Amino acid sequence: MAATGEPILEVRHLVKHFPLTQGALFRKQVGAIRAVDGVSFELRRGETLGIVGESGCGKSTLAKLLTALERPTSGSVRIRGREIAHARGAELKQVRRNIQMVMQDPYTSLNPRMTVGDIVGEPYEIHPEVVPKGDRRRAVRELLEVVGLNPDHADRYPHQFSGGQRQRVGIARGLALRPEIIICDEPVSALDVSIQAQVVNLLERLQDEFGIAYVFIAHDLSVIRHISDRVGVMYLGKMVELGADAEIYDRPVHPYTQALLSAVPVPDPEGRERRQRIILQGDPPSPASPPSGCRFRTRCWKAREVCAEQEPLLQIRPGTAHASACHFA
Amino acid sequence: MGDSPAPATGHARHARRPSRFRSSGSSRGSGRRGRAQEIRPASLWSDAWQDLRGRPLFVGAAFIIIVFLAMSAFPRLFTSVNPFDAATCQLSDARQGVSGLHWFGTDNLGCDVYARVVYGARNSVVIGVTTTVATALFGGLLGLVAGFTGGAVDTLFSRITEIFFAIPSVLGALLILSVFRTGNVWTVVLALAVLAWPMTFRIARAAVITAKSQDYVLAAVGLGASAPRIMFRHILPNAVAPVIVVATINLGTFVAAEAGLSFLGVGLNSPDISWGLMIADARRRFLEAPGPLLFPALFLSLTVLAFIMLGDAVRDALDPKLR
Repeated sequence: MAATGEPILEVRHLVKHFPLTQGALFRKQVGAIRAVDGVSFELRRGETLGIVGESGCGKSTLAKLLTALERPTSGSVRIRGREIAHARGAELKQVRRNIQMVMQDPYTSLNPRMTVGDIVGEPYEIHPEVVPKGDRRRAVRELLEVVGLNPDHADRYPHQFSGGQRQRVGIARGLALRPEIIICDEPVSALDVSIQAQVVNLLERLQDEFGIAYVFIAHDLSVIRHISDRVGVMYLGKMVELGADAEIYDRPVHPYTQALLSAVPVPDPEGRERRQRIILQGDPPSPASPPSGCRFRTRCWKAREVCAEQEPLLQIRPGTAHASACHFA
Repeated sequence: MGDSPAPATGHARHARRPSRFRSSGSSRGSGRRGRAQEIRPASLWSDAWQDLRGRPLFVGAAFIIIVFLAMSAFPRLFTSVNPFDAATCQLSDARQGVSGLHWFGTDNLGCDVYARVVYGARNSVVIGVTTTVATALFGGLLGLVAGFTGGAVDTLFSRITEIFFAIPSVLGALLILSVFRTGNVWTVVLALAVLAWPMTFRIARAAVITAKSQDYVLAAVGLGASAPRIMFRHILPNAVAPVIVVATINLGTFVAAEAGLSFLGVGLNSPDISWGLMIADARRRFLEAPGPLLFPALFLSLTVLAFIMLGDAVRDALDPKLR
C-alpha cells in the first residue's frame, strides 16, 4: 500500500463556484456558492488519500471535478501531466481511461435496465481498443470474479443483488479500464457496517493487486483511518489540514480536525473517561458568503482578530510535520 | 461519528426498496417457487409481465382488447353479413328488435346492427393505433431531445407545446377537419395527432429529465460515453415506461374522440362505418328503437374502458411506487 514513485494526480488551486442567478428572462448573477475554493494536493501511485469533512464541505464536488463531470471555475487537475479539467472530445475520453469513479449509492449508480454483465462490459464498448471484441465476455467474467461475484450471474439485473454486491458491480465497472486512479465518493456510506468492512477490504486488496491510487471520500473517520495513507480534512471548500494518517489522527493541529476527532467513538471504556469532547458551536456558515480570513473562525474557540484579517494558508508550520491552515497551529 | 450517517442512508435505501420489492412481490402469486425464481435472470420488463399476468384487471382488459382487435382484423369471423353490400339491407326490415336473425336488431335502413358494429371496429382500431403511434413517436422523440439537450432547445420546444395546449381540443379538431372537404381515416388521425402530441412530449420530457440526473448516467459520462449512447442506452430505456402507459390510456380516448368527431359530422362519413356515425344516425329515432344507438355505444364504452384499464395495470406493473 505504500506510496511509491512520482505523483500521478496533481491538483492545483482547484476552484468551483456555482453561480446564483436571479430573474427569469434576463438572468443576472447575484453571487456564487463556493463549493470548492482553492484545493491543492497530489496523489502518488498506489497511494490512498482520504478526504473527510462534514456534509456540504465540497467533498462530492471535488470528486466530480477530478473525474471531469464538472468543469472547474479555475485551477488544474493533471493526470500524469495531462490536463483533464479543460480537456474535450477525444482527448478527454483518453484521459478518462486512467481515472474512474466508484459512486456512493449502489441503488442508483447501476442502470436498472441493463444486465450486470452489460454494465461491467460497457467500458469496453466505449473504449473498444482496450480489449478486442472476442475477449470481452471473458474479461467481464474475470472482473466479476476479481470483485468476488459469481461470473455466472452476469446476465442478472442489478435489482437481483444486495447493496454490497451492487457496490462490487460498481467497483468492477471502475476497474474495467485498468485505471491508475479511482475516485471513491463515499463508496461505503450507503452500506451496512458489516458490508462496509468487506467492501473496504476488497478495495485494499485491489490496490495491492493492481497498484491503484485512491482518492477516498467519506465522512466516517474510522473508515478513512483504516484505508488511507494520507488524510485531507476539508471545511467549507478548503483543505484545512493534510498529512500522513498517523500524523492527522495522533497529532491534529487544526482546531476543526481536533473537534472532528474528538467525536469518534472510543471502544475503550477507560480512555472514554479521560478524553475530552469538543462540541462546536453553531452551523457551518453559508458557502455563498464565507467569513473573511479563516473560514473556521466563527466556530473556533481559538479565534483572535488575526483570524478575521488574514487567511491562514495550508503549509507546514513550526512544530508539526504536516501542513495545516491555522495561525495557532 | 459512525452513527450519524446511518439514519440518512437507511432512509435512502428504503426509498429505493420498491424496485427490489417488486421482484419478490411479483412472485407473490408463485411464491412457493421462491428460490428457483430468484436464480432466473429477470429484467424489469419480465418482472412487469409476471406481475401483470396475476392481475384480473389486466386479464379482463386484455381479453376485451383481443376480441376487439380480432373483430377489426377479421370481421368475417364474427358475422357472415357484409354491411357494405346494400343488398343486405331491406327497408322493410327497418327498426326491428333483437332477434335470432338480427342479434342487435336493425337500424333505420333495415341494416343489421350487429354486422355494422363488428365492421365499425376496424376504423376505431386504425385511428386509435395510428394516432397513438404517431403521437408517441413524435412527442416522445421531441421530448427526449428537449429533455436531454436542455437550455434553449428545451425552452423553444416547451413554449411551442404550450401554444398547442392553449387550443381547446374539440374546437381545434373541428377547425382542422373543416379545412378538408371530406373526412376520412387519415384526416381524423391528423387532427387528433396534432392536438395530442404535446401531452406525450411533456411526459417524455419529464421522464428524460428525471433519468438524466441519475447516478448511472453520470457513471456513463465518467466512462467517456458519447451523447447518443447515453441517450439511447441509458436514458431512453428508463424514460419509456410512462410514455407507454400514457399512450395506452390515450388509445382509448382517441377511439372515443373519433366517435365524437364522426358524430359531429366532421370525422368519417357514410358509406364508411363507424360507431360514432351509427350513434349519430340512430339518435333521432332513439325512443322508438334504442338498439341501433345503444349497441355501438356499448362497444365504444367497453373498448375505451378496456384501454384505460390496461394502461392503469401497465402503470402499476412498471412503477410500483404508485401503488
